[in-house]
Amino acid sequence: MEPLRIRDTVLASRLVLGSGRYPDPDTMVRAWEASGTRCVTVALRRVDLRREREERNLLDRIDRDRYTILPNTAGCTTVEEALRTARLARELGLGDLVKLEVIGDEETLLPDVAATCEATRVLALEGFAVLAYVNDDPVYARKVEEAGAAAVMPLGAPIGSGLGILNPTNLRLILRRARVPVLVDAGVGTASDVAVAMELGSDGVLLNTGVALAKDPVAMARAMGLACEAGRLAFLAGRMPRREVASPSSPREGRLGA
Amino acid sequence: MRVRLNGEEVEVPRGATVGSLVDRAAPDRARVAVERNRAIVPRAQYDRAEVAEGDEIEIVTLVGGG
Repeated sequence: MEPLRIRDTVLASRLVLGSGRYPDPDTMVRAWEASGTRCVTVALRRVDLRREREERNLLDRIDRDRYTILPNTAGCTTVEEALRTARLARELGLGDLVKLEVIGDEETLLPDVAATCEATRVLALEGFAVLAYVNDDPVYARKVEEAGAAAVMPLGAPIGSGLGILNPTNLRLILRRARVPVLVDAGVGTASDVAVAMELGSDGVLLNTGVALAKDPVAMARAMGLACEAGRLAFLAGRMPRREVASPSSPREGRLGA
Repeated sequence: MRVRLNGEEVEVPRGATVGSLVDRAAPDRARVAVERNRAIVPRAQYDRAEVAEGDEIEIVTLVGGG
């Protein structure tokens, strides 16, 4: 498959996986390997001063030669919090890529798109390659692009919901207009959701929970990787037109009863 | 003197540096990033950056997420 380019970053796989909610770190790493992904997202949190959490740092588990690390501003609810988080991530030596998430509602985790636009503008000026998480809304997809986003990441469905691609019509519209890569982020529950997103022409898919909470995360990761590739190939191949009525595959002429 | 470290009031000796706080909080400096009063403190400055009464220090690291 042809690689995915986001500014200076070239990724051999169009699937991006998260690093949260896995049953254990080994399963996580094996899932990444099985999926073929070359980019994984991570979050930033305060160090646990009592050291009750995590003995080994997540960074030590990530093969930096194989994976591009995409830090995200997950859980941030204000522009300032998101900016601070992005700057701290860069300070950790993770480069200029950042997945920008500014949450506007705690229950649905839907993005505050106006705040996302504002944060995108500031971070883009500071040299970040911003992957902006937005609603499946063509208007705001355009606005974050105009604000300087390196990629637009419309949600398929709310984070962690596994509901799939809820609005393929809007997604199609976003894809038709975007001049930067579009990656579906959030809501992917199973392999067919990835395939749908890719068949519509998405440049990539980012998912976490769909793999991490599967009964067998490693097997599901492989399925997601294959679906991503299959969906991309189908998109490039160009699907046949839809018809309302049947159209036989075998000749009508020469049947025995004719 | 008292500073606010990761949202908690803590007592630190006078003359304490950002570096000393980091070493107390994390085993490896390369695995954390630090903010003092909402501005990044570059790693190279940890040992020179003295902490003042009432400073707000944040020490963060990477965790799993999506």
